[in-house]
Amino acid sequence: MSALTDDTLPVTPRAMRDEMIMFAAMAVLLGLVPMSGIYPFFVMQALCFALLACAFNLLIGYGGLLSFGHAMFLGTAGYCSAHALKVWGFTPELGILVGVAGAAALSVVTGFISIRRQGIYFAMITLALSQLLYFIYLQAPFTHGEDGIQGIPQGRLFGIFDLSKPTVLYYVVLAGFLGGFLLIYRTINSPFGEVLKSIRENEQRAISLGYKTDQYKLLAFILSGTIAGFAGSLKVFVAQNASLTDVHWTMSGEIVLMTLVGGLGTVFGPVVGAFVIIAMQQYLAGFGQWVTVIQGVIFVACVLTFRRGIIGEIAHYFRRSL
Amino acid sequence: MQALYAQLLVGLINGSFYALLSLGLAVIFGMLNIINFAHGALYMMGAFCAYFLLHLTGIGYWWALIIAPIAVGIFGMILERTMLQWLAGLDHLYGLLLTFGIALIVQGVFQNYFGSSGLPYAIPDYPEVGGFRGLQGGMNLGFMFLPIYRGWVVVFSLVVCLATWFLIEKTRLGAYLRAATENPTLVRAFGINVPRMITLTYGLGVGLAALAGVLSAPINQVRPLMGADLIIVVFAVVVIGGMGSIMGSIITGFALGVIEGLTKYFYPEASNTVVFVLMVLVLLVKPTGLTGRTA
Repeated sequence: MSALTDDTLPVTPRAMRDEMIMFAAMAVLLGLVPMSGIYPFFVMQALCFALLACAFNLLIGYGGLLSFGHAMFLGTAGYCSAHALKVWGFTPELGILVGVAGAAALSVVTGFISIRRQGIYFAMITLALSQLLYFIYLQAPFTHGEDGIQGIPQGRLFGIFDLSKPTVLYYVVLAGFLGGFLLIYRTINSPFGEVLKSIRENEQRAISLGYKTDQYKLLAFILSGTIAGFAGSLKVFVAQNASLTDVHWTMSGEIVLMTLVGGLGTVFGPVVGAFVIIAMQQYLAGFGQWVTVIQGVIFVACVLTFRRGIIGEIAHYFRRSL
Repeated sequence: MQALYAQLLVGLINGSFYALLSLGLAVIFGMLNIINFAHGALYMMGAFCAYFLLHLTGIGYWWALIIAPIAVGIFGMILERTMLQWLAGLDHLYGLLLTFGIALIVQGVFQNYFGSSGLPYAIPDYPEVGGFRGLQGGMNLGFMFLPIYRGWVVVFSLVVCLATWFLIEKTRLGAYLRAATENPTLVRAFGINVPRMITLTYGLGVGLAALAGVLSAPINQVRPLMGADLIIVVFAVVVIGGMGSIMGSIITGFALGVIEGLTKYFYPEASNTVVFVLMVLVLLVKPTGLTGRTA
């Protein structure tokens, strides 16, 4: 089996330095957005999806596990947060906590079931589990079915930051994104991450070396699902609603597409991919269903000719790890 | 009781579609090692093909049953030759992603031209045999009323499934096929054109999907997204069955349709989710699926 990612370069101090410079550049650039005149709502949305794609990439890029149901964490955390904020009247930080806890609990259960299988089977099980949840949310009273939970109050984070002000909200979302990103970055560069990569490359060998690979994979799955849930909770404050679209399997497909376009198994690829896809949806909205066709064409083109993705190609060209 | 029998019949019909579709998936998976995400879209193309034949050229249902699977099968073979072929030797997941992209393109194009609403397709009213006009109308079986067309779908798909099983498990061609799945290099050494066989197999699997599409056109309306949600249920069927044997996917397909129908009668709230719940239960007990081989 050929590896899913192009990760032949060793992690050297130089690679770490490159990535740190990239990270600083990204943080500064994103920090300047409110002063640039770019529509902040678009960037906030893209940031939520970028974090989601990074969480997804943690699984496929470093664990070799293609989850085709990652939308379930986005949607579940969204519903939990939205319900806590609107019906229970929780403060924002507690609302986020409820959402993240919901996604974490879900990832424990779904991870326990799906982690027993690999490759295509794993993809299909996660897909079917997320569709199971979709139908539950469709019928459960608290989600309000097709209408979703709307008009969610944004409130004051820690009683200080007024989230109804776009600039404040932007920096809170940005802080959330950067925090989640660093957590993932730390994970993949830890001994745990190294074991994860070895499982991706050759699970049998990892087992023979004495690693309980199922436990590593389960932990990665829970971590990925929880961070994806965090992205879903942040998204509630941006969109002020939680709806069925976030749980549907087409959303899972979009997450895969973002990561694939940016570069599977690259640190910054999912971020770039999320921005490209969200920008495409934003600016091509006038074309109606042709957007779906364009996304399909990108999928096909990426798989056939462009498997490394944008960042993967750049990193390969410069012989750097990014 | 009437309602129970009616739900059982609906279950059997859904089961027919599950069986035909998961059978096609199993055949394709066996040869190409690809989960064909485009299967739902190709099923939809089969239904649209029947619709076009009737409304553009006046060719009716009976010919559509033959022409649509062949036409869509040829389309599938072109896909295999131009795209899927290049993924041989790569991780299987790329096949899944590629076919997902193809499904998006096909469904998107149809949605652009036909919107999301359904187009009607009439049940054929010829030939006239013994007081019945084609497959229209129904008969009273005493305990329930059976619409002829629905009975026809169940019987016809069962025959097609068994014929496919016979072709693959009992004939010489099937033996080559199974051998090529096990060891393509060796089979090639015997002078058999394996790439051509792979292409034909993909065409066969796709043809089965298109056939299911034609069968479903008079029951469910012809819609661009008719296959999109169905295919997820079929994937669950495949996971439960385990993709091990051809017979496994046929039996699992029909059985799950019936179970779904029974759920609709006894506890309707769970009818959409029962297949997925079953999948979870089966996996907890037997991670390889009911008849599965190891991944």
